[in-house]
Amino acid sequence: MKLKKKKTNDGTAVNSWLIRRPIKRWFPLFVLPTFLCFVIGFIWPFAQGIYLSFCNFNIPRDAQWVGLSNYAKAFGDASFSHAFWNTASFAVVSILLINLCAFGIAYALTQKMLGANLFRTVFFMPNLIGGVVLGYIWSMIFDAVLKHYNTYLTSNASYGFWGLVILVAWQQIGYMMIIYIAGLQAVPSDMLEAAKIDGANSWQTLTRVIIPNVMSSITICTFLTLTNSFKMFDQNLALTGGAPSVMMNGAKVNMTELLALNIYSTYNINRNWHGVAQAKAVIFFLLVAVLAIGQLVATRSKEVQQ
Amino acid sequence: MKRREMKWLALALAAALPVGLLAGCGSNAAGDGQQGAAADNTQTADNTAAGTDAADTSGAGTDAAGGAGSVYYLNFKPEADAAWQALAATYTEQTGVPVKVVTAASGTYSDTLTAEMAKSEAPTLYNIGNMSGLKDWNDYALDLSGSAIYDERVNDDYVLFDETGAPKALGYCYESFGIIVNKALLSEAGYSLDDIKDFDTLKAVADDIHARAGELGFDAFSAPGLDGSSSWRFSGHLANLPLFYEFRDDNVTEQPATITGAYLDNFRKIWDLYITDTAANATNLDSSTGDESEAQFGNGEAVFYQNGDWEYANLTSADKFGMNPDDLAMIPIYCGVAGEEKAGLNSGTENCWAVNSQASAENIQATLDFMYWVVTSDEGTTMLAEQFSGIPFKHAKASNNVFGANASAYASAGNYTLSWAFNHTPNVDSWRATVVTALAAYSADPSDSNWDKVVEAFVDGWAYEYNVVNG
Repeated sequence: MKLKKKKTNDGTAVNSWLIRRPIKRWFPLFVLPTFLCFVIGFIWPFAQGIYLSFCNFNIPRDAQWVGLSNYAKAFGDASFSHAFWNTASFAVVSILLINLCAFGIAYALTQKMLGANLFRTVFFMPNLIGGVVLGYIWSMIFDAVLKHYNTYLTSNASYGFWGLVILVAWQQIGYMMIIYIAGLQAVPSDMLEAAKIDGANSWQTLTRVIIPNVMSSITICTFLTLTNSFKMFDQNLALTGGAPSVMMNGAKVNMTELLALNIYSTYNINRNWHGVAQAKAVIFFLLVAVLAIGQLVATRSKEVQQ
Repeated sequence: MKRREMKWLALALAAALPVGLLAGCGSNAAGDGQQGAAADNTQTADNTAAGTDAADTSGAGTDAAGGAGSVYYLNFKPEADAAWQALAATYTEQTGVPVKVVTAASGTYSDTLTAEMAKSEAPTLYNIGNMSGLKDWNDYALDLSGSAIYDERVNDDYVLFDETGAPKALGYCYESFGIIVNKALLSEAGYSLDDIKDFDTLKAVADDIHARAGELGFDAFSAPGLDGSSSWRFSGHLANLPLFYEFRDDNVTEQPATITGAYLDNFRKIWDLYITDTAANATNLDSSTGDESEAQFGNGEAVFYQNGDWEYANLTSADKFGMNPDDLAMIPIYCGVAGEEKAGLNSGTENCWAVNSQASAENIQATLDFMYWVVTSDEGTTMLAEQFSGIPFKHAKASNNVFGANASAYASAGNYTLSWAFNHTPNVDSWRATVVTALAAYSADPSDSNWDKVVEAFVDGWAYEYNVVNG
């Protein structure tokens, strides 16, 4: 007689006291390695970063406390506010564009059509390429195209801006599409059927049934595109590096520089600016945190419980 | 196994996890320690005595038996990395003193230096490029006066002094740039180097070659690309001409808060020549790279190529362009300034050694000994002559670099050398970026109003960046 292995996959085992008790007692031990890594790799540098934003330093070891002067300098820096407005408009445009396109493609690809899986893969693929590589590739593409018009990518700030929008849309639409597809597939079919029976047309079905049901996907996708837009760095660096750089009213402005790149270039001016860059980074963190939390609260309230 | 033992075993295993992760960071230090221990075995010198001796950094220090000291050299020039590694190995073999050479990737030196200096095993020998670099690192730069290596220098031209007048960084090589000429092509076009004496003659020759480019099969100038890989040749090096002449007139020796741009019309003259007498399309120079320009010259498609003596190896080595050294020469860049027929090449350095003053006394002594050995020993001077063109030390061997020889020939013929005035540029990368933007726009549409933008980037940009750096 063959021995048959019995499958015990009914979930009751996990709830058993015999298993739960050791987990309860021992979990701090198993959390310890991860927790240590978290402290070393995140909490400690973060705390040190905040401390350094109040200091003048070349290397962290010889930091000297200077109080709020770094923050004063950061707020007085015209390039920082220019970068902020650049980033804000970039965020608005890319959030709208990416989410609309991603949702549209996801909607199309959840209909019964030939090769839908192939298309999903193809749309997702740009996301697998790193930002710096993408930036260089796209700068070559844009320059090759603009060459026909006797111009070049960094000749005009709006080329650089829209170039970055195109690049980021191309990269992120596929990723958001996957999230939307998952959301769309989770819309209960009985609800769709009921809507059909009640005589709802496809627009009504979309706006009254589908969208409220995928609200959680919309929350996560707007959260991701918002934070991605604000944290945009490598694509910005590789595509234009902030160029064109022009003198405007006696001050220098990098026309296509976003916030993260501005912080990076501030750090590289000289040792007196290291602390200012750190202060800008703290301001940047607070800004992104406030925006992201605000957005989460706003879209969460529209989610429906199934 | 008993329960209690199990507990401790689990705890030990859990603790070992992050240790394993961190081991990567610590391995260098451990390696050094072993090397240091090995060195101790080969050295018989009394460690404690060596320690007190080493505190006296002004000692001649010709004997390398420093005991526990070690050298960590953070190298600035990626192209010389292999040569430094080999030389360091030779030194360790001969003296037992460990020498670690680390080279920062191109364009990341200041980041790497900051990161390495923050470590407990910080570099003992590193590079300071110019005066603003010295301002950042003055606290970490040893006063070199009285050291044996400092007394080996030929003059003060390549020394960086701090505000108190103490020599803090010592140039170990200097470089020259100008217009590299393919003499073979020049004679094919019916000219020789003697036909080029100043801007007007240069322009006459270049205009003629450009006009006959179709028939000759080559053009005058290689592409004046303004891509990031090439723009420094113009926003940095070519810009040295107007800066040098202005500073010479005004006796400027320190970083000035403002510049007048008195010679920018001359800058425009030479730039116009570059963008006119070339096969490159001037409307999109922004995407034209340094490799492209180098290849045009290397493959015999252009007679003139503005660059420096560091190009010598690329142009002549068999696995790159394999040009005949006899066909190559470097001439001054002419821009129509009065008396420029007596001009020489643009010579200067961004390669200055600084010794980390916060390193331990033994390591400082070991580093000074190593530097002294590099510039005096047969192996060291050979390596310097092979890698660099100009070496400002008493025992330097002659370099086989043709362009370096050109630089010396001009100097000994009584021509004035154009020093690197651009070393005074405030917030240099940022200032250059603005100039490049304006130059690219001007090249696409060479109008007077676009040239005004170049002037604005030059003059107003300088004042702005000066305030940023010193504000």
